[in-house]
Amino acid sequence: MSARKPYVRPMDGWWRRNPFFMRYMVREASAVFLAVYAVILLAGVYRLSQGAAAYEAWLAALRNPLAIVFHGIALLAVAYHAYTWWKVMPKTMPMLHVGGRRIPEITLSAVGWAAWLAASLIVYALVRGL
Amino acid sequence: MKRANEPVFWSLFGAGGVLSALLGPILILITGIVVPAGTGMPPDAMAYPRVLAFAQTWCGKAALLAVISLFLWHAVHRIYHSLHDLGIHAGAGAAAICYGFALVATLATAYLLIIIGF
Amino acid sequence: MADSTKTIEMEVLRYRPEQDAEPFYQTFSVPFADDWSVLQGLQYIKDDLDSSLSFRWSCRMAICGSCGYMIDGVPKLGCRTFLRHYYPHKVRVGPLENFPIERDLVVGIDDFIGKLESIKPYIIPREPRTLEQGEYLQTPAQRDRYEQYSSCINCLLCYAACPQYGLNPGFTGPAALALLHRYNADSRDEGWEARSEIVNAEDGVWRCMLVGYCSEVCPKGVDPAQAINQNKVNSTLDYFGVLKFLLPKGEAK
Repeated sequence: MSARKPYVRPMDGWWRRNPFFMRYMVREASAVFLAVYAVILLAGVYRLSQGAAAYEAWLAALRNPLAIVFHGIALLAVAYHAYTWWKVMPKTMPMLHVGGRRIPEITLSAVGWAAWLAASLIVYALVRGL
Repeated sequence: MKRANEPVFWSLFGAGGVLSALLGPILILITGIVVPAGTGMPPDAMAYPRVLAFAQTWCGKAALLAVISLFLWHAVHRIYHSLHDLGIHAGAGAAAICYGFALVATLATAYLLIIIGF
Repeated sequence: MADSTKTIEMEVLRYRPEQDAEPFYQTFSVPFADDWSVLQGLQYIKDDLDSSLSFRWSCRMAICGSCGYMIDGVPKLGCRTFLRHYYPHKVRVGPLENFPIERDLVVGIDDFIGKLESIKPYIIPREPRTLEQGEYLQTPAQRDRYEQYSSCINCLLCYAACPQYGLNPGFTGPAALALLHRYNADSRDEGWEARSEIVNAEDGVWRCMLVGYCSEVCPKGVDPAQAINQNKVNSTLDYFGVLKFLLPKGEAK
């Protein structure tokens, strides 16, 4: 008879035990805010299809202080998504070598962050009408 | 071992992830904070005539569909997998709700963009 | 030599299956010296305080992969983690997470061994090679593509770090998938097809959520997160039937 009695530890609350895992959960939670924002845009397209008065009502709802606060939080959440997206992006690529040396992952991430900045400036300029 | 169908959803997740990692923050900032607050943008930045004209171009339709649809495909994939992380044993039913939502939203957006006209 | 006036408290998890219903932490007062590793602390406990304490160790120099423990909640090698990092606070030592505890700090690793064997950890050439053909030739650039992934010492810190493995024990896991990629990326190997069933499975690369902690804790810089996630691209291309056009010789990118 074996004296073995392996003990299996429960996984409950695993992500609360380590700051690394907490940051991972915050990253994952950003998706909720992104989803709500996409639905708000979808609502806007719907109101747009219903005519000027309906669309104006959608714009008015966006001016509600609670709506602005939501978008403030959503901005932080989605910005964290963007930051972490480019941070981990090199993990989805094979190693890149130039002249026998490996291109560091942070360099690849920096390209992503730069693209994020450039895209943001372009969109801002386009909306502004420049 | 059972072959995963994940590649389909992961590809949509990735496309939406890239798009939202480039445009998500700035769009939220503009549409949700700057324009409603009334400063930092011309007052007609999101006015009905301007946005309608945009939505009536092919470019505008493509942009609106891409943003709404891909943002949602990205988000539902992450949300579905996070349910598991939280200890919720999400099966085929939860997958159908999550991905189904993104599909319905995509179809609805496409339909609305068509009836908005050209 | 340890300074006899300084001590550090080590809280070590105990579990004796023949007498304990559950694990518990036992505190030991261990002499503190600047150059003592956590492993040396455990060895002091076993030699001088409680000979029943059980833990795996061997080389004392971070190459055998035996002495992985949870040290203050972080997967680390005992021989490469120093008491001075925690002194004067106490340091908590537990068995690696996500594995069943056999006794004290010893965990059951049969599951991992099975997975390691399952990924076909050997060169699969296109055709069997005869002695007359001589040795394989490989350039430094070809070697660079897989060398990092060959550095794995099977210490299992990555499995302890991976919540997806904890939540889904069927997951092939970081080290096994990194080793799988090591072979796929080797220019001598053309075994993508042979290993694809594991890669493409739900419990293959697709169980990974890119938490990324595995690569963070790896003591050898293997970067299993990258080994796995670049293969999500390969698996996707394979799924849509286009991988064969990019890899005509059967090897992975």
